[in-house]
Amino acid sequence: MEFFFEVLIGGLLAGVMYSLVAIGFVLIYKASGVFNFAQGAMVLFAALTFVSLLERGVPFWAAFAVTLALMVALALLIERAVLRPLVNRSPITLFMATLGLSYVIEGAAQALWGAQVHGLELGISDEPLELGGLLLSQFDLFAAATAAVLVIALSLLFNRTRIGLALRAVADDPLAAQAVGVRLQRVWAVVWAVAGFVGLVAGLLWGARLGVQFSLSLVVLKALPVLIIGGFTSVSGAIVGGLLVGASEKLAEVYLGPWIGGGLENWFPYVLALLFLLVRPAGLFGERAIERV
Amino acid sequence: MSAAALLELQDISLSFKGVRAISDISFAVAEGEICALIGPNGAGKSSLLNVINGVYQPQQGLIRFAGRECRAMRPHDAALGGIARTFQNIALFKGMSVLDNVLTGRNLKRRAGWLEQALRLGRAPGEDDRQREAAEQVLAFLRIQPWRDAIVGRLPYGLQKRVELARALAAEPRLLLLDEPMAGMNAEEKAQMSRFILDINREFGTTVVLIEHDIGVVMSLSDHVVVLDYGRKVGDGPPDEVRRNPEVIAAYLGTRH
Repeated sequence: MEFFFEVLIGGLLAGVMYSLVAIGFVLIYKASGVFNFAQGAMVLFAALTFVSLLERGVPFWAAFAVTLALMVALALLIERAVLRPLVNRSPITLFMATLGLSYVIEGAAQALWGAQVHGLELGISDEPLELGGLLLSQFDLFAAATAAVLVIALSLLFNRTRIGLALRAVADDPLAAQAVGVRLQRVWAVVWAVAGFVGLVAGLLWGARLGVQFSLSLVVLKALPVLIIGGFTSVSGAIVGGLLVGASEKLAEVYLGPWIGGGLENWFPYVLALLFLLVRPAGLFGERAIERV
Repeated sequence: MSAAALLELQDISLSFKGVRAISDISFAVAEGEICALIGPNGAGKSSLLNVINGVYQPQQGLIRFAGRECRAMRPHDAALGGIARTFQNIALFKGMSVLDNVLTGRNLKRRAGWLEQALRLGRAPGEDDRQREAAEQVLAFLRIQPWRDAIVGRLPYGLQKRVELARALAAEPRLLLLDEPMAGMNAEEKAQMSRFILDINREFGTTVVLIEHDIGVVMSLSDHVVVLDYGRKVGDGPPDEVRRNPEVIAAYLGTRH
């Protein structure tokens, strides 16, 4: 039984890491109804910038601040160069734009900092910690705490502030949002900047785990089942989805693995997502689409 | 014109990739009046409304609103200046409740900073209450309180039209632009909507510019009628005068050749 809980909690903590990436998607989806294909590239860009600065002798917090400033600048640039000319276009057009954007950002990151693999040390020891008889990774606990802080801050921003209401309005109907005085440009810039910040946090944690390298931008593929299960429009959905994916894939690996072969955790989340699509297409916390015919 | 003009358009021309939608239109809307824009489909009525609240920027002309003159409006400035509107094909936030929709209309009335709002500090708590109170008043005025918490996308068409009006009204506008507020309604609903528009005009002194096809409604509701045809202005004046204008009759009924 102890072993079961260790696997479960280990899975939940790993899931938090998926959630971190998924939150970035949710932000942009909430503000424009678009799946931002470039989120992975932003994670890579942030992590690569940060680690390269660190390697050039910039102190930790200065590197963090500079990277954050760069992500905000990137957000403003994207708003100006990509989103503004596409105002009031269909979501598929915006989606294609983010697809193109992902290549540009990936390319820019590697042109700027090179394509080699960097190790990243955040100064958190990865030694297992014994808590109540269970062995837990300190690093995972730190990641979970970071995610918790992020989620609380973001839900305050969305549920209580004028920006939050404006954001939902923009996603629902940009034209009407403009008519009630919402500045589309500003909302988009804010959202992309926040998504950049989330990307930075995710990039640091994932970078410390996997090394900062090109494949970091592929981590986002794991965010996809998380989003389908949690719902594309909900920050808390991204968290619950991440936990579900993390826990179920680890449990499946351990308990089903011996029966149907190992490597289960690589595909199990996608099967789970498929089941959700069949039963609950909007996910657990997503806004269900309302169509009047 | 007796009262001072709240809105004045001067020689407005608008074209899309060479296609003229509006040519050299000028007219003035007096403070406190209900002005109807009429004309056949494609005459440029909606385009003109879009020019007034800044969705379209005309290539030529001047817009004067509340004493300020500009080449073209921008939606945000229009909203700040007190112009609110509804759309021809209902543009509501379908996933939100009726109350939230109306609250978005009061977006610009909030003064607390986002940090105050997030942490419920400083000006935020009192302001939240005031916004909600104001929104409730609008709901009561248009008699949609029973649907306060309903998701807008699930409401019937006529009610959605009313919610959209409520959202515009919540901004306490000086100028209310209504794009076919009665389209697709039956006689009873039309009468009710007319009533609401008149009440808004009388009680709050709101100036209204509306587009409507039902000539009966237009004649009974408006103080001033502007007739468009093929992007040009063909008539402008009190309803009775416009009704007798031969050019207007030609635009509407056709002439014998």
